[in-house]
Amino acid sequence: MAEVLDVALRLAVIVIAFLTLPLIVGQTEHKAMAHMQSRLGPMYAGGFHGWAQLIADGVKFVQKEDIIPAAADRRVFALAPAVALVPYLVVMAVIPVGPGLVGADLDAGLFFALAVLGVGVLGSIMAGWSSANKYSVLGGMRSAAQLMAYELPLVLAASSVAMAAGTLSLPGIASAWQWWWLPWQAIGAVVFFVAGLAELRRPPFDMPIADSEIIMGPMTEYTGIRFALFLLSEYVGIVVLSALTTVLFLGGWQGPLLPGPVWTLLKVFALAFVVIWVRVSFPRLRADQLQKLAWVGLVPLALLQLALTGVVKVLLAA
Amino acid sequence: MGGHGSREPETGWSTVNEYFASYAVVAALLAAGVAVFAGALLASRLLRPDRPTPEKLTTYECGVDPVGEGWAQSQIRYYVYTYLYVVFAVDAVFLFPWATVFAAPGFGMTTLVEMFVFLAFIGLGILYAWRKRVLTWT
Repeated sequence: MAEVLDVALRLAVIVIAFLTLPLIVGQTEHKAMAHMQSRLGPMYAGGFHGWAQLIADGVKFVQKEDIIPAAADRRVFALAPAVALVPYLVVMAVIPVGPGLVGADLDAGLFFALAVLGVGVLGSIMAGWSSANKYSVLGGMRSAAQLMAYELPLVLAASSVAMAAGTLSLPGIASAWQWWWLPWQAIGAVVFFVAGLAELRRPPFDMPIADSEIIMGPMTEYTGIRFALFLLSEYVGIVVLSALTTVLFLGGWQGPLLPGPVWTLLKVFALAFVVIWVRVSFPRLRADQLQKLAWVGLVPLALLQLALTGVVKVLLAA
Repeated sequence: MGGHGSREPETGWSTVNEYFASYAVVAALLAAGVAVFAGALLASRLLRPDRPTPEKLTTYECGVDPVGEGWAQSQIRYYVYTYLYVVFAVDAVFLFPWATVFAAPGFGMTTLVEMFVFLAFIGLGILYAWRKRVLTWT
């Protein structure tokens, strides 16, 4: 009985984190971006610096009419937001926030996380194709191309950490981490974070969405609650990417003085801030630049990191 | 003495049970995710209006009536490196089990040489694709 309660509590915490952390990141984005551009951002909803803006947005979205175009493939169209959103929640099950504080400590946790993350991108391809809209189809194709280019460096960089730690379990990797892994795995960390950003289709890798050329890409025909769920999945994606980078490359809960979960959250929010900062600072990459960065830039760098990890690890063992 | 023999499969089964128990948590979370999605749609259904008109349901094309079908045939230039991706991704999958054991005592240099053979294959593949101008987009 105590065991069941324990699992239920963990699940409840994960679902609450899944529903609140993205809103905090989203609100931070509203405000940080506004101040970087000499604006104020939301100021009215909730009174204090517009803290309730996203809640107000949610209330608005939930009341909007649900429109599925007559030409669309209804079932796929209706299901696509779930395919985009739910995988991120499932990934959160294997991300540890402190020693022993994890939903499920899977032996193949890293492999599981990468596999399930790949499913999320299918949602945007489904949305793109099922909308029967030219902009959506273009956006879906771009999503597919982008996913294919950036999945490889992501996987290679992640496997470098698995080599260093000698395990695929995420808590195992975080507890094996030592401070000198920072310079040792620095290339891998950058490759992982950049490739992850591209998989999320966040600026500057937002060519599939590119509002100035293809309206909203795969989400052009979406409105109301389904559109809101797509937006939620984008911000959950930021949280998940930041958390995975924290666990793999920044030592997860490790840090002096403060308790473990606090360190995890601090690192996650610091990385989420970097995601926002990058959005404000860089212009969108063109299709050829995007592919070139992945195949000519990130993949060779990830291979270099693999070689470096292997050599150092074997020399240390010898 | 006989007790030892009967205990062995027991430990084996408890490992299997633990393995599935850890995935049961994942399955429960998947169910929770589906419930969140269904709940959001249900809440929306209770609150939203539903007054479809033919104009509302037309495909969006910047305000003009849509021209032709949305599922337009388009030339996909990415197929070559789709192959490239499949080959590399399959390679990369084998990296993971290897990564957990490669530094185990007794392997050392052998696995390191193996790794460089692996890297050389991938590197050569990319170099080949590059020479064949697969990696240029203009």
